[in-house]
Amino acid sequence: MHEVIIIGSGPAGYTAGIYAARAGLKPLLIASSVEAGGELMKTTEVENYPGFPNGLQGPELMDAFRAQAERFGTEVLLDDVIEVDLKGKTKIVKTGNGKTFESKTVILATGAAYRELGLPKEKELSGYGISWCATCDGFFFREKTIAVVGGGDSAMEEANFLTRFASKVYLIHRRDSFKASKIMQERALNNPKIEVLWNTEVAELKGDQKLTGVVLKNTVDGSTSELDLDGLFIAIGNDPRVWLVKDQVELTPEQFIKVEGRSSKTSLPGVFAAGDVIDPTYRQAITAAGSGCVAALDAEHYLTDLE
Amino acid sequence: MSKHVTTASFQSDVLSSDKPVLVDFWAEWCGPCRMVSPILDEISAEHGDKLTIVKVNVDEEPALAQQYGITSIPALHVFQGGQVVKQIIGAKPKVALLSDLQDFIN
Repeated sequence: MHEVIIIGSGPAGYTAGIYAARAGLKPLLIASSVEAGGELMKTTEVENYPGFPNGLQGPELMDAFRAQAERFGTEVLLDDVIEVDLKGKTKIVKTGNGKTFESKTVILATGAAYRELGLPKEKELSGYGISWCATCDGFFFREKTIAVVGGGDSAMEEANFLTRFASKVYLIHRRDSFKASKIMQERALNNPKIEVLWNTEVAELKGDQKLTGVVLKNTVDGSTSELDLDGLFIAIGNDPRVWLVKDQVELTPEQFIKVEGRSSKTSLPGVFAAGDVIDPTYRQAITAAGSGCVAALDAEHYLTDLE
Repeated sequence: MSKHVTTASFQSDVLSSDKPVLVDFWAEWCGPCRMVSPILDEISAEHGDKLTIVKVNVDEEPALAQQYGITSIPALHVFQGGQVVKQIIGAKPKVALLSDLQDFIN
């Protein structure tokens, strides 16, 4: 029987690991088999994480998080949780590789997953011109014409990053202003290779074996036009990853895991949640890390009260 | 460790192979590629008698990547008799890969 099982390996999960391990709880952190490190593994330069005045690469930051969690005895398992039973006093966690674990507490730090456009052919063309990861796939679009859809920080970052490879990057946004941070917006707006298509959304994906272009729709007057593209990078936000627990813990109307006040307590005793899976608002590495700390401390208090 | 194939050895290592060959198109800078690599090593150790697994570094072999239309990695292409008979895009857990590859390893 474990004291604490942490599900997720982004800033929230690893920070919960650091705190729980330093409290002597020997946490088991189930990191995922192919997505360990979470969303930051797909980013490049992280400039806003305090303590690193010169910035560092997202994967480097996550390697450091992991090393710090392991240093104090967090056991990191590269496996995927496929089923949980959290209702009883003993929590059951099952993994894709066929292991079953029992724990007195569980910290849910499953983060958020890329949101899809929801258009026909989107799945079929993924990997054939449609991409969800600029740092993985930008390389293949050298001297090509591509577009990024979105208006937040990740869309700005992807568009800027992709200008290293592409000859032209359209930035497609359905409103007339971005919600990205000022510094990220300015970089995109000042980049000569980036052209912003305001008040525009992607209405249709063209191409069979591979993406050849899109049909654009003006969100103000409804007019449509076609744009030939070699690649389309989708960065329209994330949805909380709750499929594992949605029938067991209470969710908010927006489908985030509901927590009590400023704590990490879910509707089930002994079950705590942290990071992007509870956060519809801030969604930063630093806020996720802070929230992971809260969850570990809440779990520790719960365990003390059990004795 | 899986063998690294190049443009020069692609014909003999992949296209002329008697056994099906899974080619893992990857790069150093691709995080998901690094995650899936040890899983492929495990599959190779368990099923290497039926399926050969090799790697193509897209940085070093851009012509091969272009020839096979790679625009996203990791891309896993299974070759049989010189033809691509299966394509898997993106890093997946071992159970999912085994299920995708069941025609070749059972």
